[in-house]
Amino acid sequence: MNEFLQFTLGGVSFGMVYAAIGLSLVLIWRGTRILNYSQGAMAMLSTYIALTVINHTGSYWEGFAAALATGVVLGAVIERLVIRPVENKPPLNAVVVTIGLLVLLEGLAGIFYGGQYRSFPAAFSVTGLHAGAVSLGISPNDLFVAAAVLAAALALAVMFRYTSAGLRLRAAAFNAYAARLLGVRVGRVLTLGWALAGLIGALAGLLVSPNTFLYPASMDSIFVLGFTAAVIGGLDSPAGAIVGGLILGVTLNYVGGYLGSDLVPLFGLAALVLVLMLRPSGLFSTSHGRQV
Amino acid sequence: MTMTLLRHLVAAIVAGAVIWALSVQLNAFRDYQMAEIAVYVVAIAGLSVLIGLSGQISIGNGAFMAVGAYAAALLMLHLNWPVWAVFPASAAIAAGAGGVVGVAAARLSGPYLAGATLLLAVALPSLATRFPGVFGGDQGLSLTVTAPARLGATFPTTRWQAWVCSVAALIALVLLANLGRSRVGRNWRAIRDDPVAAALTGLNVARLRVLAFVVSAACAGLAGAMLAYTTTLVSPGSFTLSLSIALLTGAVLGGLGSLAGALWGALVIVLVPTYVTDVATSHGLSTTVAANLPIAAYGVVLIAVMILFPDGIQGGLRRLAGPLLPANLTRLASPDRQQPPGELSDGLTSPDRRQPVGEHQEEGTT
Repeated sequence: MNEFLQFTLGGVSFGMVYAAIGLSLVLIWRGTRILNYSQGAMAMLSTYIALTVINHTGSYWEGFAAALATGVVLGAVIERLVIRPVENKPPLNAVVVTIGLLVLLEGLAGIFYGGQYRSFPAAFSVTGLHAGAVSLGISPNDLFVAAAVLAAALALAVMFRYTSAGLRLRAAAFNAYAARLLGVRVGRVLTLGWALAGLIGALAGLLVSPNTFLYPASMDSIFVLGFTAAVIGGLDSPAGAIVGGLILGVTLNYVGGYLGSDLVPLFGLAALVLVLMLRPSGLFSTSHGRQV
Repeated sequence: MTMTLLRHLVAAIVAGAVIWALSVQLNAFRDYQMAEIAVYVVAIAGLSVLIGLSGQISIGNGAFMAVGAYAAALLMLHLNWPVWAVFPASAAIAAGAGGVVGVAAARLSGPYLAGATLLLAVALPSLATRFPGVFGGDQGLSLTVTAPARLGATFPTTRWQAWVCSVAALIALVLLANLGRSRVGRNWRAIRDDPVAAALTGLNVARLRVLAFVVSAACAGLAGAMLAYTTTLVSPGSFTLSLSIALLTGAVLGGLGSLAGALWGALVIVLVPTYVTDVATSHGLSTTVAANLPIAAYGVVLIAVMILFPDGIQGGLRRLAGPLLPANLTRLASPDRQQPPGELSDGLTSPDRRQPVGEHQEEGTT
């Protein structure tokens, strides 16, 4: 029973990271109908920048801020330079381009930082918390992970709902043509969406790297699970991505804890296929697929 | 039909003669690279047919290569099957795996399908470490390959491997070329260009999509078996995500749907990384830089080709040759690409794209 509690709480912490990646994918998907396969690699590169800054200044929070800024810039630059030319092309072109970005960013990280595994500092203590004599299986840092992702999601929700930039983002996502007629500069709005996604992705990279170590391919498996989380949620719904991430994180932590951690990717695949077979539009999506 | 078959057979025999003449000139390492190129040609051709003809994408064909390679290794180690039986059997086993994935995949479109196959590429090799008794764990399974005794004791093994792999590759390419020109190939193009219209004309879209996956997986499985035969080692480390991405790079670079393009793609995938690494080390760059330069170059190639030359090398050559050739020859040269350059396929248009028709026309992309 105690074990079960530990696995559940630990799963929530991992799930929030998947949720953050999922959230960043949803942001881009809603705006451009493109699935950004390089999201994990962007997060990885931002985290390397954070590590450089931390090693240089000795301050975790300066590195944290640097990574978030890198994420924003990376997202905006990538959208402008390489995504814009394929935005209205067949979706396959965009798929190949973002996979190309994934490989390019991992190659660049390998060139500049080498392939070795580096440890990444955590924001808070990683010693387990206890409730009385019972070990909870989570640390203050895990609480920070969950709180940071929730805060980011709430901030996004507020922005989407109550600011004019948020309204423009929603308008461009809902109907780019009509939004353009109404004076929304759709191009800029899409860049903003990618920048925000870069920010959330960088946050996920910062939060997960103390657990996974940092190396050029370190975000690959986190990315595919974040993608699964987003698909469970329907790719269209930010709240769905959070819930999907939580479900996936807890389930996979049970699998890893009770059956062995090498089965986690296989169960992730099984979960993805199951959701796509039973409910291809996701659990929370409002749009409907077209039957052929 | 018989003319097409004859033409493809003649082309294969000519190619076989060229390969034979080349292989006796080359040294052992170059022969090894020739076998490697044959491996990649088959894998890339299978992927290229899947993406270019049926309009589905797979980032997981490296996983099917792993299936074929492990099947080949197990058949050779435990049952002592000869190579001519191992290759088709491995292809058949991988085709079975492809059928299972294809049934799930037929319901998915573009990004979902790409994500699911991506996860397959990440997840499947972990099975090998999960069951070390059967698959040899991280160490993998090692094989012994020897050239037949009647070729003489000094005959280089790599040349024999190059011959075996080239023959297998030529057979696979002839079969694929004929399939592309057959009714199945035409039906694939129909469901790629407009699945609704294809369904209205009575085609079974789902079955055709699964069939494309089966064919593609069979090619990947054959390539995996050939790889096992060439490297004589099958381990999970050979079937990482970067293998799948290298295959995609090759297919995109050569030109999706083009078998001649698959050869271009394979040449680049095999020769360029060793060349870049050589140049980088000879210019005094560190080994980490030298090892990662080809990876970064793959990325640049994928992005640049998709934005600048969506038809790949083969498409670019056709476009260059277009004005020089008589009209009927150009048509013969590109029977499977009636679309204007810059378009890949409309078959992948995601069902809930919210763009009104007017915008499509304004951008001139539909």
